[in-house]
Amino acid sequence: MPPERTAAVAVNAPADNSRIHDIGYRHYDGVRLDRSYIRRSLFTQSLRGAYGLGRSAKSKVLPMILLAVMCLPAGIIDAVAIYTHMTKLPLEYTRYALYLQAVIGLYLAAQAPQSVSRDLRFKTVPLYFSRPMERIDYVIAKFGAMAAALFMLIGTPLVILYVGALLAKLDFATQTAGFGKGLLAAALMSLLFGGIGLVLAALTPRRGFGVAAVIAVFTISYGAVTSVQAVAFHQGAQTAIGWLGLFSPVTLIDGLQTWWLGAHSDFVGGYGPSNAVAGLFYLLVVLGLIAGSFALLMRRYRKVGLG
Amino acid sequence: MTVIETESLTKRYPRVTALDRLSVGIEPGVTGLVGANGAGKSTLIKILLGLSPATEGTAAVLGLDVATEGPRIRSLVGYMPEHDCLPPDVSATEFVVHMARMSGLPPTSARERTADTLRHVGLYEERYRPIGGYSTGMKQRVKLAQALVHDPKLVLLDEPTNGLDPVGRDEMLALIRRVHSDFGISVLVTSHLLGELERTSDQIVVIDGGKLLRASSTRDFTQATASLAVEVTDTDDHPDGTRAALEAFTAAGLTAHADGHLLLVDIADESTYDTVRDAVAALGLGLIRMEQRRHRIAEIFKSKQDQEGGSRDAA
Repeated sequence: MPPERTAAVAVNAPADNSRIHDIGYRHYDGVRLDRSYIRRSLFTQSLRGAYGLGRSAKSKVLPMILLAVMCLPAGIIDAVAIYTHMTKLPLEYTRYALYLQAVIGLYLAAQAPQSVSRDLRFKTVPLYFSRPMERIDYVIAKFGAMAAALFMLIGTPLVILYVGALLAKLDFATQTAGFGKGLLAAALMSLLFGGIGLVLAALTPRRGFGVAAVIAVFTISYGAVTSVQAVAFHQGAQTAIGWLGLFSPVTLIDGLQTWWLGAHSDFVGGYGPSNAVAGLFYLLVVLGLIAGSFALLMRRYRKVGLG
Repeated sequence: MTVIETESLTKRYPRVTALDRLSVGIEPGVTGLVGANGAGKSTLIKILLGLSPATEGTAAVLGLDVATEGPRIRSLVGYMPEHDCLPPDVSATEFVVHMARMSGLPPTSARERTADTLRHVGLYEERYRPIGGYSTGMKQRVKLAQALVHDPKLVLLDEPTNGLDPVGRDEMLALIRRVHSDFGISVLVTSHLLGELERTSDQIVVIDGGKLLRASSTRDFTQATASLAVEVTDTDDHPDGTRAALEAFTAAGLTAHADGHLLLVDIADESTYDTVRDAVAALGLGLIRMEQRRHRIAEIFKSKQDQEGGSRDAA
């Protein structure tokens, strides 16, 4: 009976379509992972976001260019070292980040607001805190991700330098020790810069203000410290040069690695912290600032919490 | 079993008392929490999520104490805020997957649940486009989806119909109804508009100035005052048919009053329908309309307020 068959087909066709829509609501009975998983997920998402991964193509441009700019000089130094048979690298590992501090500052100014201002501006923060995570999980994840992103930015060229130095058959022990110190300084720098950058960026939901604030704080403090140091140098106040370095993030790292890691100082005249007390003071200030920015972020998010 | 139970719940801020000895038990189903702006609805939600400690009193959500089991509560409850909360530069899928993971769902489950949930709230192809290009109605659906994606036992929806046009409002209310009827998830939905929740909710809780004004089932609110709307034609014998019918109804022992062309007859029992029909037929009038009508909850409160206002004036 052909008519019936066509009828059956006609009935079947929509039934097939509707079956897709008619899957009723299914409850989720799988695992619900704990806060450490949530923290890790947010960390990974924020770290990827700091290089534009998982975001639009446009947001990959700046971080990738800055990473390339950071790595390029290291590559050139390597090439020169290998072809001219140098006996040592033309600069210390610890010095590299100081030379390229402008690039690091620019990266931080662009990415710290990206990481925290968006959640504030689009009021996504309450959605996080209406979930099992606590305030501290959010702050740890964001802080950790920013520091890790900076560490990759600062550490990658050091790895390139190190590999190049080994290819140029430079002394293995010296290079490894220098590389290790470089990484340690890079880690401290990442934590310090990341913390300060996030605190400044979290003050305002406006991304532009965040960018401006980070650039201003880093460049103005650095400019002020180095010019006052120059004045002190001309007046022969060498001890003052060391103490003055405490007042900007870049010179803090410079002074700390000069005292602690035996690096050559970028300070005017090459004067680092004048003695062990001053050096220890540098270490305490750096650690204090890292802890302080963490505490400030915690405070900040207590306020924005919900509603 | 109650979904939400509060006992003398009080929240005082330095300058204002947001909740004042609120004791209320909320059953599974859809519950409308009604109150003017500033009545304490958002404060209550914050306390229920374990994010803000109560000054006095206790509250339990799904049998868990809000003071000590906040994280556990938040893993079983979904929250849709009143304000915008969506980043415009990511797609609904990316955003909801991320929020699912923030609720503790493993990556694969997060993706599956996101696809399911977005389909259930009525977002299809557009879910791959950036949220910035969505209409208000679509954004509200994404906000609802992120509250449902981890399959909670209860969702707290703060003013979900805000900013929607009448059609969008009806669609959202129907969706909220389905969250309970089809998904089996209890709902606490707030609104400053009484009228829109009565069709959706099983129970209504009204708070004002942080105090409980009234809590009862929607049926109690509306059934007690069911009435029959009757509209009749005029004829040559009765140039004013409405008046003639009103007199006939009253004569037949019904309580009725005219509202323009409509006659509102209180339904005493089943026989009321017959009495109305017979009275109209005896007058030879045409019966245009005879329909059961519920009083709007708003009208009850309006009359209640009028009474209170009147007694206050009298005092």
